[in-house]
Amino acid sequence: MTSVATKRMVQGGEFLITDANPNSIFTRDDLEEIQYQIASAIKEFFEKEVIPRAEEVESLNADTIRELMRKAGDVGVLGLEVPTAMGGYGQKKSTALLVGESHTKQSSFSGCIAVHTSVGMIPIVYFGTEAQRRQYLTKLLSGEWIAAYCLTEPHCGSDAMAIRTTATLSEDGKHYIINGSKMWITNAGFANLFNVAAKVDGKKFTMFIVEADTPGITLGAEEKKMGLTGSSTRPVFFDNVKVPIENILGEIGKGHHIAFNALNMGRMNIGSSSYAQLKRSISISVKYAKLRKAFGKTIADFGLIKHKLAEMAIKAYAVESMAFRTAGLIDDQLQSLDPDSSDYLARSMEVLREYAIESSIMKVYGSEAQGYGVDEALQIFGGNGYSKEYPAERDYRDARPSRIFEGTNEINRMLIVDMLIKRAMSGTLPIVSTGEQIIKDVYDTGPLPQIDPDQKDSSPFSKEKTLISNMKKASIMLLWQAAQKWMIALAEEQEVVAAISDCIMETYAAESTYLRTLKHIETKGEESSTYHITMMQVFLNDAVMRLEITARKTLAVIAEGAELGASLKSLQRLLQWQPINTVAARRQIADKIIDRESYPFD
Amino acid sequence: MKIIVCVKQVPSRDAILRINETSSWIQDRDIAYDVNEPDSYAVEEALKIKEKFGGEVVICSLGPERVQVAIKEGLAKGADRGIHICDPALDNLDALAQARAMAEVIGKEGFDLVFTGLQSDDYGFAQTGVILGELLGVPSATIAMAVEVQDGEKSVRVKRELEAGWFQWYQMPLPASISIQSGLNQPRYATLKGIMNAKKKEIRKVTLSDLSISKDLLVPKQKIERVYFPVKSKKTEIIDGSAKEAAAKLVTKLKQMRAL
Repeated sequence: MTSVATKRMVQGGEFLITDANPNSIFTRDDLEEIQYQIASAIKEFFEKEVIPRAEEVESLNADTIRELMRKAGDVGVLGLEVPTAMGGYGQKKSTALLVGESHTKQSSFSGCIAVHTSVGMIPIVYFGTEAQRRQYLTKLLSGEWIAAYCLTEPHCGSDAMAIRTTATLSEDGKHYIINGSKMWITNAGFANLFNVAAKVDGKKFTMFIVEADTPGITLGAEEKKMGLTGSSTRPVFFDNVKVPIENILGEIGKGHHIAFNALNMGRMNIGSSSYAQLKRSISISVKYAKLRKAFGKTIADFGLIKHKLAEMAIKAYAVESMAFRTAGLIDDQLQSLDPDSSDYLARSMEVLREYAIESSIMKVYGSEAQGYGVDEALQIFGGNGYSKEYPAERDYRDARPSRIFEGTNEINRMLIVDMLIKRAMSGTLPIVSTGEQIIKDVYDTGPLPQIDPDQKDSSPFSKEKTLISNMKKASIMLLWQAAQKWMIALAEEQEVVAAISDCIMETYAAESTYLRTLKHIETKGEESSTYHITMMQVFLNDAVMRLEITARKTLAVIAEGAELGASLKSLQRLLQWQPINTVAARRQIADKIIDRESYPFD
Repeated sequence: MKIIVCVKQVPSRDAILRINETSSWIQDRDIAYDVNEPDSYAVEEALKIKEKFGGEVVICSLGPERVQVAIKEGLAKGADRGIHICDPALDNLDALAQARAMAEVIGKEGFDLVFTGLQSDDYGFAQTGVILGELLGVPSATIAMAVEVQDGEKSVRVKRELEAGWFQWYQMPLPASISIQSGLNQPRYATLKGIMNAKKKEIRKVTLSDLSISKDLLVPKQKIERVYFPVKSKKTEIIDGSAKEAAAKLVTKLKQMRAL
């Protein structure tokens, strides 16, 4: 494995085979003042305009939501990431992450904005014609119009390519006639525009821009959802809907590229909003824990409550580290493009596609960490947590769909391994040769870096560095052995694929957390990094244990007998790690949270 | 109309405050700062007057590097430029000494109106605005709930908040200094467009060496002796007797405590 000394373009998925340098990654500490200024303005908008009207939004008052969307347009939040040449503000992904942090208090309205700006606007920004942008983008940027995205159908969700909606060319060749049913359409109740996926001639997957008042469109009733009650979710029916041929988005037969690219973007966004939600869970539950008394003291004094608070913070730290690292990768590549070049948009899309593996990791790991946070926050509130009078209950319900939409976490787990294998087979990433070398090293007891028992490497956190390098090796070893055994039939072994994905995700999270901490120490000094270091160490300690258990179980599926014995021994050699006292460390983190009544720093 | 708005950065409303080692003030590390609330209203009032009469709005702030954020917020909302009085020797002075520094800068700038917030959310002295008016030699009005520029921009009519729901209208010639009360308008929030435009706006830095104030004049006349959290206490007293007697005793006691 090589070390990255200077900044260069990092490939998607490369983290698994290359040990990165702390200075090569982007972290939250690298944000600039103007990014904070933008986030602060949007936070003020949310606090002054949206939060006071939360009840109107939650009761799905369409007039209120429309009015707030127009105001969101005035502030500029709808055009945050849209190129300046198209009337947007061309801001970086890292700014969008920071802005996302102000959205957590009103998830329904945030969801409306998220759908509008990602799957609603992205297809038109990146694949629309000049005329389409002129006609629609201005209205979408100002919030005058609200967009929705129609992909899912009653009989198909995850298998999006199986849609049955059809688009047939009219006799005069001027229109396509769309017929079909769509389900779970967010913003449907007040959308002015639908991006609709349909098959031309029943075969060619194509996206269309369809104005909502086109004759033949009808809406079904609002879904009676578990949460996000202020978000409109309805079926949309298309009965001989005539759409001008000028409204084809991109090319006929290539609509799935648009659909999947928009989803990639959405995945990254879910990952980022999840750490912000974790921080919110900490804030609301620590305040409650400091007030609630039991057995003569506040419940914040109890070890088990401290454990929960600390674990939420550790997870937020890890997810945030991954989110800014990934955003930095995307921003680095986007910054290197010339916005005036004719292929700027196509190349921008390629950048987003490049980091599809990382985006899927963000989505799965982030949404599950968020799930942990809302669950434990509710638990800290005890019986009151189960009451609608307290905020933990709504957060719990609102967070649940994050594990379902933008591709379920199951689908994304399959995708992570599938995309890595494709990159390995095409030679984009040298996973095959790295895998062969690792297997050779592991079995031959060759030059394998081991956790140095004598601490010959005196550099700080060298043990952690070696451990992370070995977590990568363990993940590749699993992937390599599974691929050897099942070859192309590996996709059928979903349990194994998901387990390998879990190991890869733990590795990305562990390395991102470690690198961010080291960068913080380098720039701010060790004294100012006490909590960064403690959170990194606890996270790493637990991540390696989770990885080891998953890997051991999975090896037993892949191999048996002597071969299994040898594999387990190799794994043990790789993951030698003396556990740290996580109780003391978590109490230290929790005490800081209790003192600040929020996440330990920011 | 040239309006100079003095803004101060204060610990944010939800900051967890801790007293420093010498009990002279709060610990300033690990705290988020915001623009002082009445100052935001002052900025808004200035921008509204500019929208009506034209002219220039200048944001002036005294404090360490971090106060640039407060100036930039004003610029993003639509102010034209900023002045940052930045010198460690000027931090932690009393209202009079800080007003001297500001008066010199503002006096040289020239102005039609100087706005300050009524008082700061941290010290709460409510002194800087009036001292500033005095030092600049212009009429001052405090606790303004409305500001109307009149007479072809020659005078200003101010609605002052008095006690018990009473107000006073007061007219004075320009130039003048006015301290603004919260709630007289609806402060706008910065937009992305405003933030982008503000990048090009000038913030002039002024240090003590740029000012001709003798060091003697900067010696604080006022000092905080000790900062402490109020001690929470609770005392219950049962008043004996029949309902009538107890009620009479209660009334006497409440009167003694000046609660009635």
